[in-house]
Amino acid sequence: MTKTLLSLSGISKQFDGKTVVDELSLTIDDGEFITLLGPSGCGKTTLLRMMAGFELPDQGTVTLSGVDITQTPPEERPLNTVFQNYALFPHMSVFDNVAYGLKMEKRPKAEIRERVEEALAMVQLEDFSRRKPHQLSGGQQQRVAIARAVVKRPKMLLLDEPLSALDYKLRRTMQVELKRLQRELGITFVFVTHDQEEALSMSDRIVVLKDGLIQQLGTPREVYERPANVFTARFVGQTNFFPGRVTGIEDKRISVDVFGLNRVLGKPSFRVTTNQPLHVLLRPEDLRVLAPDDTEGVAGKIVERNYKGSTLDSVIELEDGSQVMASEFFDEDDPAFDYSIGEPVRVSWVDGWEWLLAEESDEPLTDEEELAADDAEH
Amino acid sequence: MRWLPRTYLALVYLLLYVPIIVLVVFSFNDSRTGYSWGGLSLRWYESLFNNHAMVQAMWNSLWLALTAATVSTLIGALTALALHRYRFRGKKVLNGMLFVVMMSPEIVLAISLLGLFLLLGLKLGYVSLLLAHVTFCLPFVVITVMARLAGFDERLPEAARDLGASDFTMTRTVLIPVIMPALMAGWMLGFTLSMDDVVVSTFVSGPSYEILPLRIYSMVRVGLKPEVNALGTLLLVFSLVMLMFSHWILSRSKQ
Repeated sequence: MTKTLLSLSGISKQFDGKTVVDELSLTIDDGEFITLLGPSGCGKTTLLRMMAGFELPDQGTVTLSGVDITQTPPEERPLNTVFQNYALFPHMSVFDNVAYGLKMEKRPKAEIRERVEEALAMVQLEDFSRRKPHQLSGGQQQRVAIARAVVKRPKMLLLDEPLSALDYKLRRTMQVELKRLQRELGITFVFVTHDQEEALSMSDRIVVLKDGLIQQLGTPREVYERPANVFTARFVGQTNFFPGRVTGIEDKRISVDVFGLNRVLGKPSFRVTTNQPLHVLLRPEDLRVLAPDDTEGVAGKIVERNYKGSTLDSVIELEDGSQVMASEFFDEDDPAFDYSIGEPVRVSWVDGWEWLLAEESDEPLTDEEELAADDAEH
Repeated sequence: MRWLPRTYLALVYLLLYVPIIVLVVFSFNDSRTGYSWGGLSLRWYESLFNNHAMVQAMWNSLWLALTAATVSTLIGALTALALHRYRFRGKKVLNGMLFVVMMSPEIVLAISLLGLFLLLGLKLGYVSLLLAHVTFCLPFVVITVMARLAGFDERLPEAARDLGASDFTMTRTVLIPVIMPALMAGWMLGFTLSMDDVVVSTFVSGPSYEILPLRIYSMVRVGLKPEVNALGTLLLVFSLVMLMFSHWILSRSKQ
């Protein structure tokens, strides 16, 4: 039985006349790990800062366990924040940093000592309590910041891109460690990131944000496998967009023309009409690369191949000039499996692995188009 | 040609230090004239400390520098915080005006302060000196503290608030400790500026409160007495101690 811990309703926030969060509503369940995911400027950090109380919404209410806390100052909210650059107090030892919140609560000395040591043990820093923050590595500082925030046993922990300053390997370790902490403590985590991989691997639920609006709210699997719109599909993971056109509609199936192939696909949840253009979405790992003499699929040629260790990623140019990405696992029976550039192949997929989206009037640009637009501006 | 840079460097340091060394050496000179060596002696130190007017001027100067530095640090720190923290109309103008006071010729400040004090009917003495010294120390303190605040992580106050500290507690436990080195540096700067100011002090001091630089100046006017060398040496030692102290504070704050 899940129960709502925090709810935002009709939240709006503007900075200098620019809308950053636009009438957004969201409920966060007790004990869940929820991630706010989006590109920079999507409003995710502002949203988090309104939960913490550092920003007040222009409109709407913030409710925590049924109590309206919209106007409550940060020091009176039973939530704690882990900041992007840790914000450790540079003049205090690790111990005093972690003890700060408990001292503010005027706890007895013995209790403070015990709880700080417990928190430091939890992040494996019990031997570092007398060090100053600048004597620690980035990863250690990160763990102190987490210990400092959880020592107060908040109802909810807000994490603002806490891993973005760490190198790749350390980030992976900390992801696992954070997940473990969240399980052990049973505290609700609200995690802000622009890294979709991080969001997918850690969250119970993901909120995909763009321009202050929720694009999709769902489990990592839902967001990845059944993106709600073109933006989510492009932002989360890599996706191939095949242009399709509806040729026939039945009860539960529709026929779609893709590159001259007639495929019978499951009927999507949105309304379709005959001749309607559609996006047929396929993740690189869902594509099958076939021999050029195969009868199935669309013809193309290999233009790029990247060895990724566990997979072989290739870019295939189709006959109409569009490029698609395919990611294939190595086959144990064929260790020499590889492509040469320019090799002709055919591309296909198993029916049912695709995902259909309606065309949108204001579709976001692809990365390449965005770069080109940037260049034109400068 | 390897000797050239070394000789050059030696020459620069010689020019810097010869006057100071001569002063220190001659303060221990037994001879009455400053031109011949008459053997080692502490008689000028003795006569310096027997000179009551001189000792009084020394205490006056120390007290003035102490109070002026403290008052300007208090006012200056609050001014810097306000300029750093709040966004308001005319902030840039106020910032620029600090530099105007700093860069304007001292004589201008001296005349205008004297005019102001006369207009107000303020008796020239300790109070007028204190007000004048606080005025010219203030911009230095504000700029020193603002430089430190510019590198201050804005997330620190937020982190303190997030952990349950009120605005006042945050200022006491986080903000002030973090900017402490700048407060110390500002104080020291104010102390030094006040200690050796002549121009402004000449205008705004009265007979009731004589300070050291003016005393020395009037002494030197009637001929260079060897006592001045002794006094100079004492001041030099004092500055060295202050320098070491500030160095110690800075290195401690870095740990």
